Amino acid sequence: MWVYVCGRTMNQAIAPPALDVVRLEGVHRSFGAVRAVDGIDLRVELGEIAALLGPNGAGKTTTIDMILGLGKPDRGTVRVLGMKPDAAVGRGLVSAVMQTGGLLKDLTVGETVRLTATLFADSRPAGEVLERAGIANIADRLVGKCSGGQQQRLRFALALLPDPALMVLDEPTAGMDVEGRRDFWTAIRRDADLGRTILFATHYLEEADAYADRIILLRQGRIVADGTAAEIRNMSTGRSVRATLPGAEPATLRGLPGVLSVELRGDRVIIQTTDSDSVARNLLTNTPARDLEIVAHNLEDAFLALTGDGAATPVEGAKEA
Amino acid sequence: MSISDAERLKALVSRRVPPLGGFNLTFLYLEMRRLVRNRRTVILTLVMPIALFFLFRSSRRLGGANTAELTASTMIGIGVYGAMLAATAGGALVSVERALGWSRQLRLTPLRPVAYIAIKLLNAMLLGLVSVALVYAAGVIDGVHMSTQTWVLTGVLAWAAALVFASFGLFIGYLMPSENVMQVIGPVLAVFALVGGLFIPIRLLPTTIQDVAPYMPPYGVAQIARFPLVGGSFDVTWILSLVLWTAAFSAGAMYLFRRDTRRT
Repeated sequence: MWVYVCGRTMNQAIAPPALDVVRLEGVHRSFGAVRAVDGIDLRVELGEIAALLGPNGAGKTTTIDMILGLGKPDRGTVRVLGMKPDAAVGRGLVSAVMQTGGLLKDLTVGETVRLTATLFADSRPAGEVLERAGIANIADRLVGKCSGGQQQRLRFALALLPDPALMVLDEPTAGMDVEGRRDFWTAIRRDADLGRTILFATHYLEEADAYADRIILLRQGRIVADGTAAEIRNMSTGRSVRATLPGAEPATLRGLPGVLSVELRGDRVIIQTTDSDSVARNLLTNTPARDLEIVAHNLEDAFLALTGDGAATPVEGAKEA
Repeated sequence: MSISDAERLKALVSRRVPPLGGFNLTFLYLEMRRLVRNRRTVILTLVMPIALFFLFRSSRRLGGANTAELTASTMIGIGVYGAMLAATAGGALVSVERALGWSRQLRLTPLRPVAYIAIKLLNAMLLGLVSVALVYAAGVIDGVHMSTQTWVLTGVLAWAAALVFASFGLFIGYLMPSENVMQVIGPVLAVFALVGGLFIPIRLLPTTIQDVAPYMPPYGVAQIARFPLVGGSFDVTWILSLVLWTAAFSAGAMYLFRRDTRRT
């Protein structure tokens, strides 16, 4: 009896709604010597559309697997709506569209949806999710005869069945053509407008830029940047100042204000700096530099600067061309 | 966070988990339909045993006296073979589903792995029952005569082979993630059946094979199934064979199943 009462009290303590749809605290996960996820803290709030962006091996899929309960962290905690991931999956609060596979070729599209629908305590009608995923017209087609894009929209339809609070997409458009990709994102976006929280992994920069409200940049299992696309762009290491300067000395140039890196390409010198004005002024007054250009970074530069091989050491040495 | 968001979150976290770990009859029915739709499975598990029955009943010419009993005995043996083929094929389907990533997809639903296995086992058992029934129907057509009691008793006991081999199928299914696992184990099952005395009476086999026969997985269950027909003395080692093989296959399947579904 005491245990029962105690259990009740504990449940009531957990019951108030969690603020975050996803909450990761100090999450680590290694595979042998490889630290796939190396200390991630992350909160995703209700209604956000967030992209996990990073090169292959950055830890995107490992992170997603832990949010879905397919993997457990070595250290740290993962919570979905304040619950353990498999409890959230059991209640249909989180669903996922995985990259490939996961479909039976010998079922029709409609049967796949009906079969999956039986597994949830409460489920949207099969016809409705087929309609919303834009595949109601191919309900009688065998899955094995569907194109890659159609199969992906079927996975999306399955993910819609429990009317989840959070939908997770792992590289959802990999291998799709441009049109398939656009149709797919149109369906996702329409769904997100109804208030669903969406977290997707991608290594397509344009996709993160175009569809996410928030970009979480991963590199070697850590978050290296987190913000809107515009914020990430600004976080990229300032601007680059380029000039023709024969006989330039990298060591001297590195001493200029705000310089992050110096690169020599023949007579051309490329300086990454957070203070382009000072560097330009210095070059034009104290050196014979000419043909000077100041170039602002785009998202791709930011991406490369933040996730590239040299990114661990922001002030890098000159590369002799 | 607005009040409506708070309300929404409250509604979300109070959602239900499905009963029985997601086990339900619609799922079972759709799975069964999938099984029957697969032409290869149907031919292998339902058509082939019937063909084998008509082939091997000719062995009554070899048997000499009491040919009627021999035909009935062959029918029971092949019924056992049908049950074990069907059950193995049904269980081994997990390998296809693992190869296709369907098992992973199911882990993103409330379906508990135990409920999934229960559905697979039930399906394998049902297919085994159909296979036995078809072989027995072939026996009726061929003019096999047995008392009603013997028909029912031997049929049910032959079906028990499905119990041994459904877990064998699961074991193999978890061992080999491949889409054509039955092509690999089909011949193995044929050897089990031949050496275990399912097709041709053991006493007509070469002596070396006669010595190995009792160690074959279907041996015990086939002897038990034939007992109501043949009579004589009941050998306790038959039950031992049935129990030990079932235990071994189940343990193997459980081990691999746990390894597969562990949330590492």
